[in-house]
Amino acid sequence: MSKLYHFHGGVHPPANKTQSTQTPIAQAAMPPRLVIPLHQHAGGTATRPAVKVGDRVLKGQVIGLPEGRISSAVHASTSGTVTAIDLQPVAHPSGLPALCVTLIPDGKDEWIEHHGTDYRELPHADLRHLLRMAGIVGLGGAVFPSDLKLHSGQQRIKTLVLNGAECEPYITCDDMLMRERAAEIVRGAEIMCALLQAEVVLVGIEDNKPQAIATMQQAVATGQHENIRVVAVPTIYPGGGAKQLIRVLTGIEVPYGVRASEMGVQCFNVGTAYSVCRAIAHGEPLLSRIVTITGNVQRPQNFEVLLGTPIAELAAQAGTKPDTTGYIMGGPMMGVPVPSAQAGVIKATNCLIASSPALFPPAPPALPCIRCTRCAEVCPADLQPQELYWFAKARELGKAQEYHLFDCIECGACSYVCPSHIPLVQYYRFAKSEIWAHEQEKNAADLARERHEFRQERLERDKRERAEKLAQKERAAAAAKAAAAAAPPAPAGDSAPPAAPAQPAADPAQALIQAAIERAKAQAALSKPKNTENLTPQQRAEIAEIEARRAKIREIARPDNGQNEGP
Amino acid sequence: MLSSPFITKPSSVSAIMLRVLLALLPAVALYVWYYGPAILVSMTLASLTALGTEAIMLKLRDRPLKPFLSDNTALLTAWLLALSIPPLAPWWLIVVGTAFAISVAKHLYGGMGNNPFNPAMVGYAVLIVSFPVQMTHWLSPLGLGAGLGFGEQLQYIFAGTLPPGITFDAVTMATPLDTLKTQLHLDHAVTQIMQMPIYGYLAGKGSEMVALGFLVGGIYLLFARIITWHIPLAFIGGLLLTAEVFHLVDPAHYVSPLFHVVSGASMIGAFFILTDPVTSPTTPRGKLIFAASAGFITYIIRVFGGYPDGIAFATLLMNIGVPIIDAYTQPKVFGRKKGQP
Repeated sequence: MSKLYHFHGGVHPPANKTQSTQTPIAQAAMPPRLVIPLHQHAGGTATRPAVKVGDRVLKGQVIGLPEGRISSAVHASTSGTVTAIDLQPVAHPSGLPALCVTLIPDGKDEWIEHHGTDYRELPHADLRHLLRMAGIVGLGGAVFPSDLKLHSGQQRIKTLVLNGAECEPYITCDDMLMRERAAEIVRGAEIMCALLQAEVVLVGIEDNKPQAIATMQQAVATGQHENIRVVAVPTIYPGGGAKQLIRVLTGIEVPYGVRASEMGVQCFNVGTAYSVCRAIAHGEPLLSRIVTITGNVQRPQNFEVLLGTPIAELAAQAGTKPDTTGYIMGGPMMGVPVPSAQAGVIKATNCLIASSPALFPPAPPALPCIRCTRCAEVCPADLQPQELYWFAKARELGKAQEYHLFDCIECGACSYVCPSHIPLVQYYRFAKSEIWAHEQEKNAADLARERHEFRQERLERDKRERAEKLAQKERAAAAAKAAAAAAPPAPAGDSAPPAAPAQPAADPAQALIQAAIERAKAQAALSKPKNTENLTPQQRAEIAEIEARRAKIREIARPDNGQNEGP
Repeated sequence: MLSSPFITKPSSVSAIMLRVLLALLPAVALYVWYYGPAILVSMTLASLTALGTEAIMLKLRDRPLKPFLSDNTALLTAWLLALSIPPLAPWWLIVVGTAFAISVAKHLYGGMGNNPFNPAMVGYAVLIVSFPVQMTHWLSPLGLGAGLGFGEQLQYIFAGTLPPGITFDAVTMATPLDTLKTQLHLDHAVTQIMQMPIYGYLAGKGSEMVALGFLVGGIYLLFARIITWHIPLAFIGGLLLTAEVFHLVDPAHYVSPLFHVVSGASMIGAFFILTDPVTSPTTPRGKLIFAASAGFITYIIRVFGGYPDGIAFATLLMNIGVPIIDAYTQPKVFGRKKGQP
């Protein structure tokens, strides 16, 4: 038994997990229509559509090609016909529609040609390319392209952490996956371990999942993997946060703005390991995932769901109760409300909780903070949430940053315990987005100023040059006159010389413009404000996401909204 | 349903405050046992005044009545003040103190959560400065002096009259701390003074038992995780340590440290007053500094100052320092601790 470490704080919300672990993972029924968003990875931009409306596609065929470095392919989850490529509601908190491929299944579920490979026979670069083309992203919810994380890079990765903690209430998809498909998870871990050249693999599973721990240990023993250890970790929320699990298993604390890999650790969800195995050993791209359907449904359970299956369609298979008012994607602590039940299941959908006012009653009106510090006692980032709240409310954004606002992982533990029922996390999201917005404005203003200065300079130069040209022309004319006076008239073609010197002058001007643009770019890159530098791509994705939530949050955080404020 | 988290722990300010009120009950029971029911009268007066003042102030400040009247914080202020002042006193004493505490110390500073000073201690300070005579005549414990029945206590509180033949001095006395100070001024040695009938096992007869009641309630608060160990331990530690230094130097003039810990308002201060979350630091190190300093100041005021007890002024003085203590004791955040790159 290896030594376990401790992280500060944490809470024990009611787990509500047993409801959905009574039956094995079921295959969800084929829906009449799949809505597959073309942007299902964190960061970067949407994939490029690789099909046209009316095309017949096969199961596993690429419909979205990766574009740029941070990208991952999107596939047809089954065979059928593409009927639309347009903006559709997607399971994203912004509520904004996004580009989706609508696919009408033909019921044949006909695979594209595919085959597995032995990972030991391929160069690592090829394996990573395979993962990128197979659309493998982090399935714990962050959906960051896995191929980018599977680099040993400059820092040696000593430890590969597999996250099977699943600390959020209600969610059981990883638990069930480990119970039923442990061998393939372990095989995926083996491939990842090879890509990272890691020494040891630690699989962290919370001790409220004894069956999963047992089957995983069994799979490791069967595969005779001496470097893979399955470790039971204490059940405490947010013990399954990547940083918290890394801390518990290795003792390493990865600070904000630092990648775990820089400290010799890399962390993946167990579901990702399973998908890596399917992609490499079987040649199957990521077409489906395990989704927990729970909450206000008659038969809470886990389904293997084709990506793109409309949420309402899926929930109906678990028996949605009539008073259901909406769906939460993820858990009750960090999940996001789904803007439309018609949106398709995506790679990030680990759990769907049908919600009702009875299940998640609205919090009582907020009272003033009494500085009881219950929030500080439970904060896994060792922050002082009551101070951050104070600064966020007073819009003292600089102070909030000084008190490490950006170290907040928004786990919700503080809001959960607050006896005054203050929506603390919403205040932090608001403050963060305000800071980002402010910095964006500043960057834009800097750029505008640069441009303006450059334009002024150019206008000045043009003026100078024109004056020079004029002077030259005059001189030439004077010279010509003098020459004409001295000699017989010259041929007309000789009027060109005055123009000739101007021509070369244009090129340096172009070069100057180019140089100035480069400078401005470099400036913009350099003037990244404090506390937002070293953002990992996941964080950049979060920025975009949070940005979209700002409007709603502002509504809440508006000082005149609650009765808890001084006049 | 707007954004996560969607669940909250079933807890509330009013439930927390109710438990603090409950934690005061052992001490109140012992108080009644040793001094008669007069304390219940002053607690009732204080409660009614606190709720009335709270309602008026909320109305004036245009705040909703229900959530704030039911948060139990005004009641707690009232009870703490009632337990800090002499129970056998004219009715208006507690009324004036409570009204001042709620209206000025609490609401003029922004109401619950915003007051920099402990309202009960502000009330106490106002009373001791304005009405020193009434504030230093304490009811003698039953068995010492002439005992008063409940009716007679009531009659004194509301009408200011005592049964014929009984003088006010016969039913009251100076506190054990006050007596000690006076006797030391008269050049009596500590051991000699401790022989006086008003002293019990460790400190004042009766009052030491009430202190025990506060200790019991305080331990309940610790176990119920309503307070942390930092403030009580640091306060008692600070007081003990300071007293011990003087006691070691000159035991004839400086009473034993334990006497200080069970005398006066030490116990209610350690567990109920200094631990007020609104007016104490939020960081663990800050709490230690705050409470240890309060212990030190309490001792200095008791022994060298003009007042018999020092808890109220020590609390108020340290309340001033809370923002700066918090600012300089921020804990290191995740990943930024020592030994981390």
